[in-house]
Amino acid sequence: MLEIKGLDVAVEKRQILHDVNLTIREGETHVLFGPNGAGKTTLLMAIMGFPKYVVTRGSVVFNGQDITGLPVDERARLGIGMSFQRPPVVRGVTTRDIMNVCLYGHDGETASQLAEKANLTDFLDRDINYGFSGGELKRSELMQLLAQRPNLALLDEPESGVDLVNIALIGQLINELLDKECPMRERKCMGLIITHSGHILDYVNARTGYVLYDGRIGCEGDPHEMLATIKEKGYQECIRCIAGISYDFEELSRQS
Amino acid sequence: MTSKNYQDKAKTAATKKAAFGDDINLEEYLAATEELPYQDDPSQLPAPTREQMRQVGVIVDDASQRSGTIIQMDHSVIHSLARQEGVEVMATGQALARYDWLSDYFWQAVAVDSDKYTAHVELHQANGYFIRALPGAKTVYPIQACLYLARNKLAQNVHNIVIAEENSELHIITGCAASINEPGLHLGVSEFYVKKGAKITFTMIHSWTPDVSVRPRSGIVVEEDGLFLGNYVLMKPVKSLQMYPTARCVGENATVRFNSILVTPPGSAMDIGSRVLLDARGTRTEVISRAITTGGNIVARGYIEGSAPEVKGHLECRGLILQGEGTIHAIPELKGDLAGIDLSHEAAVGKIAEEEVEYLMARGLTRTEATAAIVRGFLRVDIEGLPPELSAELQKAVEASEQDIM
Ligand SMILES: Nc1ncnc2c1ncn2[C@@H]1O[C@H](COP(=O)(O)OP(=O)(O)OP(=O)(O)O)[C@@H](O)[C@H]1O
Ligand SMILES: [Mg+2]
Repeated sequence: MLEIKGLDVAVEKRQILHDVNLTIREGETHVLFGPNGAGKTTLLMAIMGFPKYVVTRGSVVFNGQDITGLPVDERARLGIGMSFQRPPVVRGVTTRDIMNVCLYGHDGETASQLAEKANLTDFLDRDINYGFSGGELKRSELMQLLAQRPNLALLDEPESGVDLVNIALIGQLINELLDKECPMRERKCMGLIITHSGHILDYVNARTGYVLYDGRIGCEGDPHEMLATIKEKGYQECIRCIAGISYDFEELSRQS
Repeated sequence: MTSKNYQDKAKTAATKKAAFGDDINLEEYLAATEELPYQDDPSQLPAPTREQMRQVGVIVDDASQRSGTIIQMDHSVIHSLARQEGVEVMATGQALARYDWLSDYFWQAVAVDSDKYTAHVELHQANGYFIRALPGAKTVYPIQACLYLARNKLAQNVHNIVIAEENSELHIITGCAASINEPGLHLGVSEFYVKKGAKITFTMIHSWTPDVSVRPRSGIVVEEDGLFLGNYVLMKPVKSLQMYPTARCVGENATVRFNSILVTPPGSAMDIGSRVLLDARGTRTEVISRAITTGGNIVARGYIEGSAPEVKGHLECRGLILQGEGTIHAIPELKGDLAGIDLSHEAAVGKIAEEEVEYLMARGLTRTEATAAIVRGFLRVDIEGLPPELSAELQKAVEASEQDIM
């Protein structure tokens, strides 16, 4: 279970996230919507524990353990994995090198088998992310996660810039990652997926969605309905929703 | 020119400062030292010496993977042996006595009056190695040469001549090492002649000690369709090392590639570059250097000059500042005086990108492991055309030093 409680996050001394609360239970996949710059990536980076994303208030609790102060690699070893919106190039370090790191301690599929699955066989001996196309980057990120087998997968726009044919492949990889094929009760893997287009909703079993706007979460609900609202009325509808909530809070505090 | 003429010319340069690097007072060093006994069987050398040699790629215990061996200690060639038909390996002095024509190769690729160091080598007791492949001969295994400095305060003079006759192939690994913990100086002149259609791959690994200064002076002449591939590794402390080998592509379609891997610890100063002159039509070059400082200072130079049609050259200079007060000064230079030449360079100096470290950490590596992986990747230069044994030696030298870096 992932519990995010009253989280404030600052980047370069500027507060980006305000009082974010969310809970993902075993086997659940949640979806995060929100306009550009809302703070979606910031939330994922903070959960993963990147030092630049400073938690100034609140906590991140993973499977009962408060991990708020833990370094990135320890979180990875606890079973949190992330696919990056814009992964960096690391010259001289090959995709295979990274796959071997991800596979460390896991039995099962080899780097070559996973590469075949992600249609990236020719990429194993290339420097990681060097000269990869947008779609190749996305597949490579998911391939690494499949090797890592995280208990919580944080997916930052896994389908952005992916063509219509490859989106099915991406969907398949994510399914496997979140073991969608398992019956709900046996499913353990958790997911938190950022999406703009919502295409990925066709492939995953997600019942909870959020809209992040201006660093705040509002409009928790069914992601399909949310997507329809956003498409029809834009994020504006949700601002009103957030405004409503904050109004309620003010009311509450005045009453107390 | 006669040898008397070279002596005269050298005298005019006896006090001439080098263009780069700290000026060294040659009078602080001994110009001559006693002769050391010849060793028929170098596997009888003391174990620590053999271990040092092994670290610079020179294997004396079992030379079955080598086409020849030559070892110079101080000023004495203490062992030389060619193990393959068509390949000659001997002391320069011995070769001069055997071949009248050899003097024609002296000071042709390097000018005797370049600076006081070249002059010193001409004017004082010196030896060195002579390695030659006869026309069409190809070395099965690399030939290994070791230059070893054992005498405190000595200015070790070396004059090497390497000739790859037409359509021959020579693979050489040269390991240079010192056992002294007092000041010493190594002055090494190397002249390479790559004849028509011939190929030389030359891999040099240096492992000096912190008070030793080093001034190699190398020149390479490459004829038509010839290839010279020079690799250089220096990852151990040295007081001051300056070199700027110059390769001239004089025949059409000649190719030169230089790769250097440099790691500078605190207290070391390195000024190292490679210079290529593309003087004939269709000649090509690639000059790659990777420099890491863990506290010392590096000047990494590169120079390509194109003065013939359809030449192509690329210079790549990357520097990584790992820790401490070290500096890396990359100076890539290109000069062209013709339309239709294609010269380019890229240079980058910086720290390890935090974003890259964290990316690897998100896959489960610790910070130290992630940094090591990036450093290893930085030093991983894929050297096209290098025989596998040499690649392996190079890789070993790099890996052996990784622990020191981290
Ligand atoms: N490293 C950083 N340095 C400075 N500002 C940052 C940094 N990271 C994020 N920000 C700022 O924080 C805000 C939120 O950025 P974030 O990347 O979380 O948005 P997002 O919701 O993922 O947007 P998008 O949909 O465009 O990916 C933006 O205004 C961004 O400029
Ligand atoms: Mg984002």
